[in-house]
Amino acid sequence: MVEATEIVKSYGAFRALDRVSFDIYDGEKVVIIGPSGSGKSTLLRSINRLEEIDRGRMVVDGMDLMDPRTDIAKVREEVGMVFQSFNLFPHKTVLENLTLAQIVVRKRSKNEAEERAMVLLEKVGLVGKAKAYPGKLSGGQQQRVAIARSLAMDPKLMLFDEPTSALDPEMIGEVLDVMKDLARDGMTMAVVTHEMGFAREVADRVIFMDAGRIVEEGTPEHFFTAPTHERAKLFLSQIL
Amino acid sequence: MSIEAKKQTIDVGDGAAIPRKSDRGLFTAWRIAFFGAIGTLLYLIKVKPDPYLNILKFVPDGIVVTFQVTLGAIVLAIVIGLITGLGRISKNRFFNGAASLYVEIIRGIPLLVQIFYIYYALGRIVQVPAILSAIIAMAVCYGAYMGEVVRAGIESIAKGQTEAALSLGMSSRQTMFHVILPQAVKVILPPVGNEFIALLKDSSLVSIIAVADLLRRGREFASESFTYFETYTVIALIYLIITLFFSKIIGVMEERVSVNR
Repeated sequence: MVEATEIVKSYGAFRALDRVSFDIYDGEKVVIIGPSGSGKSTLLRSINRLEEIDRGRMVVDGMDLMDPRTDIAKVREEVGMVFQSFNLFPHKTVLENLTLAQIVVRKRSKNEAEERAMVLLEKVGLVGKAKAYPGKLSGGQQQRVAIARSLAMDPKLMLFDEPTSALDPEMIGEVLDVMKDLARDGMTMAVVTHEMGFAREVADRVIFMDAGRIVEEGTPEHFFTAPTHERAKLFLSQIL
Repeated sequence: MSIEAKKQTIDVGDGAAIPRKSDRGLFTAWRIAFFGAIGTLLYLIKVKPDPYLNILKFVPDGIVVTFQVTLGAIVLAIVIGLITGLGRISKNRFFNGAASLYVEIIRGIPLLVQIFYIYYALGRIVQVPAILSAIIAMAVCYGAYMGEVVRAGIESIAKGQTEAALSLGMSSRQTMFHVILPQAVKVILPPVGNEFIALLKDSSLVSIIAVADLLRRGREFASESFTYFETYTVIALIYLIITLFFSKIIGVMEERVSVNR
């Protein structure tokens, strides 16, 4: 689904990504962890080109992101993204949040879009909130709507950028549950998170980043029980 | 018009202050000014119908013209402002450059000079009625300021909104029209209200070209009757009543918008 080769991204003199290579296979759940400033969000955002990389090769769903002829909107149609700060459209109802892109991008009819939206709201347990505005919802509810909004586009890959970091502790569970359901349904997922329990339970593979590089990569069992790299050991000892 | 202040916050204006419920002092000041002006006008008419009543009977055509100029100019200025604002944030170098150049030039020329200039420049090319040329001159000037208001409004919308829309596969144009502009309107509305009031007052400048607005009608009356002081007293009171009235209306509208949702 994703093939990244030697990608480089700098902000001035700071190297956010330093020749990083990784793949994400169809149906795989990859969790990316690491200290703040290690480049994990930049890595995730480079997959749908919210961050443009300076060098390297990035192919998503067969489309080459570095090729100027590639229509980035076409890539983004297939790649859903969930943000730390939800980013729901505050001037639209929950239902409209879910139908907007379906209608203007996927060119679905209003009825069709609403049907799809209601199915997804059912899935995230928020059918009753369809007519509400995002401002009236709790953080956890907003994030579940944001997930449903992305899913409404029927993406092939879902990116999660610290989806629970802005939530009160009692709301983290409800969002993680939705994500676990999604994982069970076979969605291809890349998740940046600090939720180690989630990583352990859901990840097929854990990527540990530090200073713009992938330092350690492996199954959760390997990573959490026998990390080889010093930096990973230190990180784990600090957070567990 | 304070440009520096506009950069820091778009909630500034040089129109009559828009009263807010929370601002009790201003609210009272508004009442005193508004009802005081009406009272004064009525008192003058009652005790000295000649010349005050005669003046008041003479100028209503001018009020109509003042409104025509103001409304025409504000509508056109909003259109120009929208295009300019979008140009100022556009990545297209030509569009962006053109919008920036327009804003720089207009800001550097006094409105009075612009009105003269456009009136005579237009007059060389096509024969247009003075009122139309006045509307265009006002709109060209205010469009530049409106462009800055629009730009500030768009920039005030969090970047995450754009990212969310783009990540759903929307084009930048779709993002702008479906997601950013509808939210920016709420931010833009108060400063647009201010611009409206400022424009209403500045419209008195068009009396120097052959437009028979409120001020010009006053001048005509005064020069015939030699009642300069009395006439300009009435003109000033009428402007005051009109601007205070609109500042109130805009204040109420603003409150409605912010209460919604």
